[in-house]
Amino acid sequence: MNRSSLPFWIGVSVFLLAAALMTQLISNEYPFFAIYGILQFVVLAVAWSILGGYAGYVNFGTSAFFGVGVYTAVFLSKALGAPLAAQIAAAAIVGAFLGFAVGLITLRMQGIFFSIATIALTIIIETTVTNWRFVGGAAGVQLQRPPVLPLFNSYVAMLFFVQAMLVVVAIAVARYIQISWIGRGLQALKDDELAAECTGVPTLRLKVMACVISGALMCAAGAPAAMYLQYADPSSAFNLNYSVSVLAMSLIGGTSHWSGPVIGAVLLGTTQQLLTVTISSEVNVLVLGVMLVLFVVAAPEGIIGLIRRARGARAGGEA
Amino acid sequence: MTPAGPEAPLLRIGALTKKFGGFVALDNISVEIPLGQRFGLIGPNGSGKTTLIHCISGAFRTEPGTVVFAGEDITPLAPHMRTRRGIARSFQIPRPFKSMTVAENLKVALDFATVAGDFTSVAERSDSVMSILTRMGLASKANVSTTKLSQVELRKMELARALATRPKLLISDEAMAGLSSSEVDEVLDLLLSLAGQDITIIMIEHIMQAVMRFSQRVMCLDAGKIIAIGAPDEVMANPRVQEAYLGT
Repeated sequence: MNRSSLPFWIGVSVFLLAAALMTQLISNEYPFFAIYGILQFVVLAVAWSILGGYAGYVNFGTSAFFGVGVYTAVFLSKALGAPLAAQIAAAAIVGAFLGFAVGLITLRMQGIFFSIATIALTIIIETTVTNWRFVGGAAGVQLQRPPVLPLFNSYVAMLFFVQAMLVVVAIAVARYIQISWIGRGLQALKDDELAAECTGVPTLRLKVMACVISGALMCAAGAPAAMYLQYADPSSAFNLNYSVSVLAMSLIGGTSHWSGPVIGAVLLGTTQQLLTVTISSEVNVLVLGVMLVLFVVAAPEGIIGLIRRARGARAGGEA
Repeated sequence: MTPAGPEAPLLRIGALTKKFGGFVALDNISVEIPLGQRFGLIGPNGSGKTTLIHCISGAFRTEPGTVVFAGEDITPLAPHMRTRRGIARSFQIPRPFKSMTVAENLKVALDFATVAGDFTSVAERSDSVMSILTRMGLASKANVSTTKLSQVELRKMELARALATRPKLLISDEAMAGLSSSEVDEVLDLLLSLAGQDITIIMIEHIMQAVMRFSQRVMCLDAGKIIAIGAPDEVMANPRVQEAYLGT
């Protein structure tokens, strides 16, 4: 491990320790219930930005991957009574395969055509699940939570900790990609795909790889959601709101650094939660839209871009 | 196919045709370029020069036609595979990775185009980047964003990035367009010094004195066909070339 990685891993350990402590010290279930939703958005936004941010391929199919994660868990728990860890692992594998298939089919398309194809994907998968009787069809399915592990006070507290671990996995992966040769290749193809090819970058392979990793993480993030709500139905599991929120979080946070989508997801996720509790769940969609417009106009590189600009100005002032 | 002997050409283009719908951009082009040659490619605008370069570098698929490089048929290969085999190019309109610094642009080439194991340490990589930049006169710009470069610096950066892929064949697509005469000489001297280091160079150019000074052999395209090929003086003296250029 090199020196620059040390603060990152210390930060990650502190975060996990704090999450573990919370599950032991707080008995009220609501904080876990609320923060779980935010953590879920952090994983989704970080995963989204691997393809959408580093490679610049805007994916509107977040809800497809999320929903497939939910339904992989539903299927495994109904068919086999599989434990949560198996549900998440299986969802990640299914997500990787789905990412691979989607990548191969759609990543030859560039720009907006890729984005349109990902919307089509969501609709196709949602329609399929809606017509699949075993997992409840359009009416959805009720799920019974298994007994919680003795370490935790409640199932929701356990799910909260599991999602916190997924956050760590997602940002560790995103950070590795960003600082490694993969990140440099993705950044090159985002800037100019032909120039990247002519400089030796295997653009299609890198894009498919990003799609596989991003898909696996998104599906894994969706898997615990079935047990979180104890209920799943196609129209909420594949809700386009996930795609739009995650895209907004990543863009508002900034996609050039792994911490951008984390900041965006925490900020917007918290705002949404507050608005939902205090005003109404409809207002938060409005706020999301207004914030997205503001950022696209005033700070196209997101909060990360603003921070960098402020640092640059300060460094320039000192010089 | 015969294996590459010492006399075999580095690049052999066989009966290459490229159509865009009904428009024939390249019509049955066959040419061989020997190892180490300084090859000038001229022709009026729209004659197919850049299309030919796209076919050699792999950006366009050829239909029909073959591209054989160092004895290997590379016709079905994607551009990045061709780059790894030793074909590098610059672009008519510079295409830098604009979110990166000059040094980072070159590191992309080191990361992806060179054989694994060429560079063992991070320090070796930076040394390699810096030595190329020094040769190109860009050392002071290493950590500058490519968006802040002047036109001539962008041209040099593209050549430096191409060079970082360790090419056997370097294709320079109008690297001197829009430069002042002193800058043209600067870039020309760079290309001549590279040619002295066993890199075969194809130079596309409109500036005739540069073509004449640089090339050992010149090919002139017009409307997708070869109208003259040979020694620079002969090609310039060819009435069809004069007609294509001057329209008389």
